[in-house]
Amino acid sequence: MIVTEDLTKTFDEHLAVEGLTLTVAEGEVFGFLGPNGAGKTTTIRMLTCLIGPSGGRASVLGHEVGREDGAIRRRVGILTESPGHYDRLSAWKNLLIFARLYQVPDPEAAAEKHLRLLGLWNRRYDAAGTFSKGMRQKLALARALVHEPPVLFLDEPTAGLDPEMAKLVRDFIADLRAEGRTIFLCTHNLDEAERLCDRVAVFNTRLRVVDTPANLRRQLFGRQVVFHLAEPAEPYVAVVEQVPGVQHARAMDSRLIVTVGDPDAENPAIIRALVGAGAALQFVGELRRSREDAYLELVR
Amino acid sequence: MVRTIVDKEWAEVFKNRMVLFTVLFLPLLFTGIALAVVFTTGGAVVDEAAASSLPPGAVEALCGEVADADCFAIWLASQFMVLFMMVPLIVPVNIAAYSIVGEKATRSLEPLLATPITTAQLLAGKALAAILPAVAGTWLGFGLYLIGVRLRLSAAIFAQMTSPLWLMAVLVVGPLLALLSVAFALIVSSRVSDPRAAEQLSAVVVLPVVALFIGQIAGLIIFDQQLVLLLAGILVLVDAGLLYLAVRVFQREAILTTWK
Repeated sequence: MIVTEDLTKTFDEHLAVEGLTLTVAEGEVFGFLGPNGAGKTTTIRMLTCLIGPSGGRASVLGHEVGREDGAIRRRVGILTESPGHYDRLSAWKNLLIFARLYQVPDPEAAAEKHLRLLGLWNRRYDAAGTFSKGMRQKLALARALVHEPPVLFLDEPTAGLDPEMAKLVRDFIADLRAEGRTIFLCTHNLDEAERLCDRVAVFNTRLRVVDTPANLRRQLFGRQVVFHLAEPAEPYVAVVEQVPGVQHARAMDSRLIVTVGDPDAENPAIIRALVGAGAALQFVGELRRSREDAYLELVR
Repeated sequence: MVRTIVDKEWAEVFKNRMVLFTVLFLPLLFTGIALAVVFTTGGAVVDEAAASSLPPGAVEALCGEVADADCFAIWLASQFMVLFMMVPLIVPVNIAAYSIVGEKATRSLEPLLATPITTAQLLAGKALAAILPAVAGTWLGFGLYLIGVRLRLSAAIFAQMTSPLWLMAVLVVGPLLALLSVAFALIVSSRVSDPRAAEQLSAVVVLPVVALFIGQIAGLIIFDQQLVLLLAGILVLVDAGLLYLAVRVFQREAILTTWK
């Protein structure tokens, strides 16, 4: 569905996206997680043919970005970061314009369907400029969907929304997922990515890691146990890594920091392995860090 | 798609009172001035001294076989030819500049550019949306002016006002000037990063016609058929060049990423 190979974008001297290589499968909800300014919007803009890549290649629905832009634009929907509307025009007129631009066979029916779907039908004749932020976001979602695109690009869909409206938008995205649409979801919200996505890419100018939310959670937020030794810990990293259940181990001076899924179950085996290898184990403690710390460490 | 853009632009533009005011005000003002002159001077006795004060060449260029007194009235009326040429030049600048700047200000340009619309279709829609009201306003104003001329002045003068010279100036040169102004506004909007600068720079396009107007009042230029034909020919070439340039310089990426 979406394939990028070494996709790169520079603005003058500024490198916005560096060597992005990833594949998004049909029907997948793919989270693109990164801090503000990471290059997420630039990536979406490249994939929706709004801006051209500086290097590498990308294809969406089998169409090459830069060569078959019209074909891509016809079949993808985009929710931009700032959902701008024609504020003097009604929600109905706003949607009708886009249905016509996407050459939907029955623009009126498409506009009605999506206004009803997003709960805006009763306000259809109100000017978009009078809408609340949440309603504007709903209208932007309706606009992104009005031509029934198989691929959707959503750029920070819940940014700036109150919790109730954010939940409504998330529920709606979950419904879209159930319909089998391919969704490329940019967000800097960890919870949102975990809740909605089949896989999540952590990105900051370049791709840091791609995995399922469950694996990523274990990798990012797995509990860490610190084994304090009376000697340098480096020689024991390989020993510990062979213990079943150990996800990651690293040495820091005389401390061995081990990431495990369930310390209660795995600590005894680790201790046995260390003592068996001749390590002078002093004591064991848990390293506590917040999810945000783990995330920041990864994107830094 | 072009029609959708035109519909959208008009729906938006005509809900903006300032833009609507500009579109309506200028044709009404210029037509009002022209009619006021016709009604205040029409039928006045023109003595030989006044008639002989016409710029050299004016009689041959404008009057043909008509009497000297009528010729003076025709010359006076012809002073408004440039005004009717200025309307289609000035009015679309406001609409065209607003149509691009407004999209950017409301952040609606990005979703619009994400649709399958091509740059040529988008610019054609925006250009037509700006040109058509300006040309319609000009023609309406000119129509009212002709009615005034017919009611107040002689049939010979009215015949001169509906001669190929005037018709070409209003029906051909006017739309070409409107196209010039819109193409220029689109180019400026695409190249500058500040929306206000776009609006102000776009207004520069009226200066050559203002120069023509001053030249005409000063008696340095007389709008005869040859000059109007020459002007139309030049405008066709300049418009074609500017439209080509407008499509070339309308860089979606630059507009999306550099405008703040």
